Amino acid sequence: MANLRDGLEKKTLTTLVSSKAIGRIDKWIDKYPLEQKKSAVMAALRIAQEENQGYLTTELMNAVAQYLGMPNIAVYEVATFYSMYEHKPIGKYQICVCNSISCMLNESEELFHYLQERLGVKPGEVTQDGRFSIKEVECLGACTGAPMVMIGKEYYENLTHEKMDKILESLN
Amino acid sequence: MSDSTTITIEIDGKSIQVKPGTMLMDIADDNDIFIPRFCYHKKLSVAANCRMCLVEVEKAPKPLPACATPVADGMKVFTKSPLAIAAQKATMEFLLINHPLDCPICDQGGECELQDVAMGYGGDVSQYDEGKRVVNDKDIGPLIETEMTRCIHCTRCVRFGIEIAGLQELGATGRGENMRIGTYIESALESEMSGNVIDLCPVGALTAKPSRYTARAWELTHHDSIAPHDCVGSNIHVHTFRGLANRVVPKNNESINECWLSDRDRFSYQGLLSNHRLRDPMIKVDGEWQETDWNTALEKVRDTIADTKENSGSDQMGFLVSPSATLEEMLLLKKLANGLDVSNIDHRLRQVDFSHQNQQPKFMSLGLPIEALDTIDAMLLVGSNPGKEQPIIAHRLRKAAKNGAEISLINHRDYSLSMPLHCQLTESYTGLVSLLAEVAQSLPGFNATSLPQEAKALFDKAEPGEDSRRIADSLNNKKISAVVIGNQAINSPCYSLIEVFARALAEQTDSTFGYLTEGANSTGACFAGIAPNRKLGGEIEDRSANTTTMLSEPRNLYILHNVEPEYDFADPVVAVETMIKSDCVVCLTPFISDDMKIYADILLPIAPFVETSGSYINIQGKIQSFKGNTPVENTQARPAWKIMRVLGNLLHIDGFEQLSSADVLQEFESELSAIKADNQANITEVCVLDSVDSKLLRSSQVNMYRVDNITRRATALQKTPAGQEDAVHINSNTAAKYNLNNASRVRVKQNSTAVGMPLKIDNSVADNSVWIAAATNVTKKLGPMFGVIELEVD
Repeated sequence: MANLRDGLEKKTLTTLVSSKAIGRIDKWIDKYPLEQKKSAVMAALRIAQEENQGYLTTELMNAVAQYLGMPNIAVYEVATFYSMYEHKPIGKYQICVCNSISCMLNESEELFHYLQERLGVKPGEVTQDGRFSIKEVECLGACTGAPMVMIGKEYYENLTHEKMDKILESLN
Repeated sequence: MSDSTTITIEIDGKSIQVKPGTMLMDIADDNDIFIPRFCYHKKLSVAANCRMCLVEVEKAPKPLPACATPVADGMKVFTKSPLAIAAQKATMEFLLINHPLDCPICDQGGECELQDVAMGYGGDVSQYDEGKRVVNDKDIGPLIETEMTRCIHCTRCVRFGIEIAGLQELGATGRGENMRIGTYIESALESEMSGNVIDLCPVGALTAKPSRYTARAWELTHHDSIAPHDCVGSNIHVHTFRGLANRVVPKNNESINECWLSDRDRFSYQGLLSNHRLRDPMIKVDGEWQETDWNTALEKVRDTIADTKENSGSDQMGFLVSPSATLEEMLLLKKLANGLDVSNIDHRLRQVDFSHQNQQPKFMSLGLPIEALDTIDAMLLVGSNPGKEQPIIAHRLRKAAKNGAEISLINHRDYSLSMPLHCQLTESYTGLVSLLAEVAQSLPGFNATSLPQEAKALFDKAEPGEDSRRIADSLNNKKISAVVIGNQAINSPCYSLIEVFARALAEQTDSTFGYLTEGANSTGACFAGIAPNRKLGGEIEDRSANTTTMLSEPRNLYILHNVEPEYDFADPVVAVETMIKSDCVVCLTPFISDDMKIYADILLPIAPFVETSGSYINIQGKIQSFKGNTPVENTQARPAWKIMRVLGNLLHIDGFEQLSSADVLQEFESELSAIKADNQANITEVCVLDSVDSKLLRSSQVNMYRVDNITRRATALQKTPAGQEDAVHINSNTAAKYNLNNASRVRVKQNSTAVGMPLKIDNSVADNSVWIAAATNVTKKLGPMFGVIELEVD
């Protein structure tokens, strides 16, 4: 059988991300004992993701694995477990809609559907202009402001459809 | 057991003395108290994720998992109380929610842990009527079939990869309902022990691909046997279906293979079913092959032997014997040779340096029990890649390395043994001896006076580097240490020099010296005297003849036992040419091939492993006998020992009255029980190093799935990435030096031979060295395994 693993050209992390990013990853590695540098995998993946327009590729994950001396599959396990790691291209603004209990009681589902309709994309898709993508996420700890979304690193709370429209217009 | 070191607990009313800290599950298992489980396995770490082993413990607020609950004094455990049973039943219900009801078409059906436990703890009707999860399968290679919808996420296979194989290839990706076990990127598993996940999988998610859909578990008949492909002698169960081998699974033997088995031992049985099986005796008459009956064939063999002895002399006969032949076959062949006054008999088919053959020990062994490798503190392996050659040995060393043992390698190429290594040094095959001299040089107080002159010269020249020092220190300072030379050292043109240095290092660091040998029965071959300089019983006499001398001047008659010259010799081209030049070649073989039709004259079908009874002596000197299990279907093949008995009688040689293979051994019972695997020897005769400066040198290893005629015909193994290995490996320095950086194919020239092969730039290979696997369909047309070689762009 064709071995896809062989097809992938092996690139080192240093050729895939900026030296600044390597510096940041190294800082994380320094926080752990030398023989446990794999503890830095989550930070390394996050930084690598930031360097690649917000999503991870197999090539990047393999490079992180090699950099931290881990088996590739162990990195895939982490990268697929946490929902903050993306595996497909995302929009410039990724709108993360909370689906958990407080938001749900305050009609987050409705909001989620509204967003899909308004932007014309389903979860996991990107608008044609490349600006927006939407995603359903678990509780973000802002139940007092339900329903809420997170865009980039910003929280937007107590949302209505009108409020959401304004937010979308304000994002450029 | 004294009371101070034990505590008393009670399981189901039974009072038990136990060591503090033991897990409940282990105690229950030791006392035959059944607790259902899926994720627990005694050889793997505790995951406690299936929750099937929940039991009630007095004073605990809720049921506890037996696999992860350490015992405490006075603990009262109830494995069958209403609370425990309710917890187990609830777990079972959850496990069955997503499990498909496809038992009727599942290969695991009938031997499925989930099925068995569901019989005891499952409900007859499910309360769950929502959709079940479905997982798309990925192809993980030709050996293991996946049906991941059936997976219950016990993670045994994942833990096996991390903890036993040392190579994590399977993992749990995704989370929650989307969690799945797999490789994430579709790729074939590369571990040489990967097949064990089939046994570990408690459901039908991972099953054996070659035997898929061929038989149900209850239709199989179960036979004990011994794996015939390496010197470990793994214990196996052969499962047969209507008389034919259908699959092979490990038989537990804690002192040899534990509960594991290498893929080669597990899947090689497919070779037995090959359509290359020789069905009838055949003779060549005027260049045409004719099938014949046993009487005609054997009489023809007798006449040829008698004729050769009469007219050309016994020296014109040669016996070449597979190192994986059974001890009984070897003993009878030696008797036959003795009766005919033939000294040309050998099993060292891939060996080329015989300089010290008369000084070698009576039996070649590992020098210590296989089990003892687990607790070794330091080891230096020379010319050995146990991962591919003896996977169980590699597994034992991996265990030791995980416990802090310092394993060092000196080889022709960096071999990844999937374990933390202390040091790894590589050199071309002549340079390898210098590396050993460097290690000796860096050993404080090394006494070089006893070294033979050739070795002493190398020793004096040696300039040790940092790594040689580290290896020397590790052997010197660690308590239990060993120096072991492997298959590639034995096949090297510098074998005697390697052995001299390895022995000197072992001696002067108080380490054990040992060998890892070719085939399943090299130690048995020493005992049976399958070498010109060995007597029946293993005693050595001064003789210079060997395989090379036997081939260099073609003899009139060769008797090949279970050997294919085109693959099984150091120089396949020379071997085949010699056979063609010979007047008559008699092959005792289970298989027929196109090559064989050219060089052979008489073919006698023999029953291979599984079908014949016999014994092997493994590398620790343990004799393991097995029965002939499966009747051979529509072939005239006979156990080889019977053929030899008849030949002995036809030739009127004494001592061929045995009624069974056990009778053959009986004669040597006292000698066999006295086998001492001590490797004692004093070596003074060594080879002279050829001047090969600045020449490119080939080194090689027999492709792990082409070691003998059975594995070469095992179709699934041939389809694995390892089975298809056929490239020329050189490192980037060598590539630059010879302007091969951009070449994808090269023309390889060795002696008078030349073939085109793909080129792989591979920095694991030593400088100035070319690494090409031996015994493949391409390399059978190429010169010797080790030697001067030329490369040019194809």
